[in-house]
Amino acid sequence: MAAMTGIPIWAQLINLLAAVLLLLAFAMLSQRRVLSLINLFAAQGFALACSTAIVAWATGQTHLYGSAALTLLLKVALLPWLLHRLVRKLDVRWDVEGLLNIPTTMLVGIVLVVFAFNLAAPIEQLASTITRSTLGIAMACVMLAFLMMITRRKAIPQVIGFLAMENGLFFAATSATYGMPMVVELGIALDVLVAMLILGVFFFQIREQFDSLDLKHLEKLKESE
Amino acid sequence: MTVSGFLSQLLQLAIALLLAPLLLGWVNQCRAWLQNKSAPSLLLPYRTIRKLFHKDAVVAENASAMFRITPYVVFAAMALAAAIVPSLATNLPFARAADAIALVGLFALARVFIALAAMDLGTAFGSMGARREMFVGFLAEPALLMVLFTASLISGSTLLPTIVETFTQRDLAIYPSLAFAGVAFTMVSLAENARIPVDNPATHLELTMIHEAMILEYSARHLALMEWAAALKLFNYSCIGLALFVPFGIAQGNADASAILGATPVLIAKLAGGGLGLALIETLSAKMRIFRTPEFLGTAFLLAVLGMLVNLLLGS
Repeated sequence: MAAMTGIPIWAQLINLLAAVLLLLAFAMLSQRRVLSLINLFAAQGFALACSTAIVAWATGQTHLYGSAALTLLLKVALLPWLLHRLVRKLDVRWDVEGLLNIPTTMLVGIVLVVFAFNLAAPIEQLASTITRSTLGIAMACVMLAFLMMITRRKAIPQVIGFLAMENGLFFAATSATYGMPMVVELGIALDVLVAMLILGVFFFQIREQFDSLDLKHLEKLKESE
Repeated sequence: MTVSGFLSQLLQLAIALLLAPLLLGWVNQCRAWLQNKSAPSLLLPYRTIRKLFHKDAVVAENASAMFRITPYVVFAAMALAAAIVPSLATNLPFARAADAIALVGLFALARVFIALAAMDLGTAFGSMGARREMFVGFLAEPALLMVLFTASLISGSTLLPTIVETFTQRDLAIYPSLAFAGVAFTMVSLAENARIPVDNPATHLELTMIHEAMILEYSARHLALMEWAAALKLFNYSCIGLALFVPFGIAQGNADASAILGATPVLIAKLAGGGLGLALIETLSAKMRIFRTPEFLGTAFLLAVLGMLVNLLLGS
């Protein structure tokens, strides 16, 4: 309570952006529409870029500006654009079906958040960065994205879940150690981009084969069952 | 309780009673503007209430005493709540007498009475509306309590005046947990006040109405009191929201008549902004199916819980 007023304004801003990231992760978990899901993903990327830029400004770690710019370029502009194009080309605007209904998913999500916060508590003690208290939120974002991948049946939401997980990991790296070395970050960014492109091709193949993007078809071993 | 304190309390209550229909009129006007319709007069709710008070009341033959006293109980509960919520000043006798949890209980009392009165006559619409109202209520109440607890965790008290005082007297700081609580509170208020994603206040379409279905059998002065109580409920929820999230401009310390009158323009300005926001939300969203309501309010509850968790994690 009293400690809050002692924290500088930029740290408060980072805390706020961390909370926004968590909020957006939950919004993605509860979202039914593919297009809104993509927009939420872009918003999450934007919040991530902002928080990275603030950390860079506050700590003087100039390489973080680079990763903020990379996030902005890749996760706010390029990937959402690619996803939008994919949705348009595949013509898959229908509602996303989940394996669990939405309230249950959200309840599981809350349990995951509690778990992540507890998990992060001992790690926070070891970290020396000023942003370490947001590590729990970052881990919660990773787990929520993971949950989204598990509970969604269609291919595109699963890929968005994968990308959102990468967002969470990136935020964890920023809050625990002021980010990874630039080479690693560039590598990951390239990986994500390539994965996205390959998965895009994959979608077309899956649809060609099964006339649907429902991944439960991939679980069957034989065609006639 | 001193005499001057009592007088200030009465003054605040009178202002709340007078402003409540105005707020309703303002929301309706904004909504009409946003939807490109010609707006009804700002004073229309006053005229409706006046008109209804002048009519003769018709009560069904098989109505019990329950049906007759409900409008008075509901109106009294909302008026008492208006006295407890620190809308203009924090240092008032009633505001210190009951905390936020008692306030939620007061709203619950009004809800139970409306629902029982609706079922009293045994009409199909009344029972349906009552069932739906309780269905919405049991989901909205825990979420509202969680929102209040989030603010209480920060300020260390469940008394609304103390929450207002701690928020205004401290250095300006960003509370991420309050962002969650704010979103959750907005969702709960929409549901509790029968606004658009959950209920449509402007419709009498049988299959969708909740609040209107319950007060369908009322007429004249009973209906006037019910309408006024509904306006007061909206006013109360707005003032709770303002006290929790924008607590600036509320008179503190010495609460005499001049302090209360000085705080009134600020309150009106804040309510005007809030009313515009409400009209905007109502214009931009569509009414959802009744069975989507658990999802909507479940989300509100989870957001409020998340706010508490974030508060515990970040210590802010």
